[in-house]
Amino acid sequence: MNKAGIIGYGVSIPHYRIKTTEIARVWGKDGEHIAAGLGVKEKAVGSFDEDSATIAVEASRRAVKMAGIDAQKIGAIYIGSESKPYAVKPTAATVADALMAGPDLMAADYEFACKAGTAGIQTCMGLVKSNMIDVGLAVGADTAQGLPGDALEFSAASGGAAFLIGREKCIADINHTYSFTTDTPDFWRRQHEEFPMHAGRFTGDPAYFKHVVSAAKKMLEIAKTKPSDYAHVVFHQPNGKFPVRVGQMLGFSKEQVQTGLITPVIGNTYSGASMIGLAAVLDIAKSGDRILCVSYGSGAGSDAFDLTVTSEISKHKPVAKVQDLVADKEYIDYAVYVKHRRKLKSL
Amino acid sequence: MKEALPLMWRNIPERYNLLGSRCDTCGKNYFPQRKVCPNCRRKGKLVEAKMPETGKIVSYSEVFVAPTWFDHETPYFLAIVELDNHATLLTQVVDSKREKIKEGARVELLFRRIYEDSPEGAIAYGYKFKVVS
Repeated sequence: MNKAGIIGYGVSIPHYRIKTTEIARVWGKDGEHIAAGLGVKEKAVGSFDEDSATIAVEASRRAVKMAGIDAQKIGAIYIGSESKPYAVKPTAATVADALMAGPDLMAADYEFACKAGTAGIQTCMGLVKSNMIDVGLAVGADTAQGLPGDALEFSAASGGAAFLIGREKCIADINHTYSFTTDTPDFWRRQHEEFPMHAGRFTGDPAYFKHVVSAAKKMLEIAKTKPSDYAHVVFHQPNGKFPVRVGQMLGFSKEQVQTGLITPVIGNTYSGASMIGLAAVLDIAKSGDRILCVSYGSGAGSDAFDLTVTSEISKHKPVAKVQDLVADKEYIDYAVYVKHRRKLKSL
Repeated sequence: MKEALPLMWRNIPERYNLLGSRCDTCGKNYFPQRKVCPNCRRKGKLVEAKMPETGKIVSYSEVFVAPTWFDHETPYFLAIVELDNHATLLTQVVDSKREKIKEGARVELLFRRIYEDSPEGAIAYGYKFKVVS
């Protein structure tokens, strides 16, 4: 069987930030307490003219530049998002035209809450390994919605990452992948509803922890590895606390989790969250580093990936490092946030 | 918007990817595309060319009273940008701190929503620029 791996990646994080304490001020809550409890001090806010399509395009352009390929080589594009600009009209087609990758390619949008982007990586792996395409593009991008005043509003953020999957000149080989899926109603958004609903504390143990732990354990079993074999581990990060706790449950140290933990400074970017974490790890990874990445999508499922960084990584520098994008910011207050995220009826 | 849809669709190559024209006779670049090189006239040979994604602000203005579809965005910055191949274009400058928007400031291409006439209408995407420090 052919191999499949990452040949390039790109990230897009909006310029604007709102602090957890500013959101709490409006709702009369203790901001410092909430920020400490969630492990999220601020979140990235997509501006008025940004949506999951614009974020997907900007991340994808960076991925293509990093890989140094002609976009015409891309044979498939899959966009994972739960905040599509259109209910019916593919973001993947917009991304294809914005990259000048079309028209000879497969394209579709995926939805699986926060793990639709990693589902796209798996699809591209299958197409590459079976020789149906040479290069596939998988994107996770969201402008996540949170009902004003709801707990989700403190973390639901905007951002995304794009990964080009190919078989030649891989900066990281994807050795194995495994998914764990069950019907678990922990978070959802009904048709025509603007904001999602969630099941409060139920979103922890039977949802996030059960799926991430099950997928990670099975991945270690398939790869015949143990936690100490990995230089870095990246988990889906709905807040700053869950990834550290699930790491401890699986036997990973705080240091192994730290580099890929970006949610504390940009919030939960949903489909983008674990993929931005993986990009942050690849930004500093060295040849030979082993990486475990486990996404999580409510509803519910986890995709696990066992990767090995190759010597190619020294030849392909990211166009924009995650930490540089995190640092490029401007704070806004709640009123401006409401305008940018169109939370007023007139917008 | 329904009436403008064909126009929006025809503008996709220009708005998504800065596809302009280059005259193979004199080497000048034009954006948007032209049918005739104003420099060479009938001796000119125009070919489709992708414009560079970086340039500098030549002139700018802060808009406080906006046309239809842009009124929620005020105040915002419009600028004439000279791209690295000397073609010029009119664009919004976003994601940039006010004090950084000035003549000569280096800018780079972004992909953004340009307008939508209603919540149920089609969305027009295209180019905007941001100041790079």
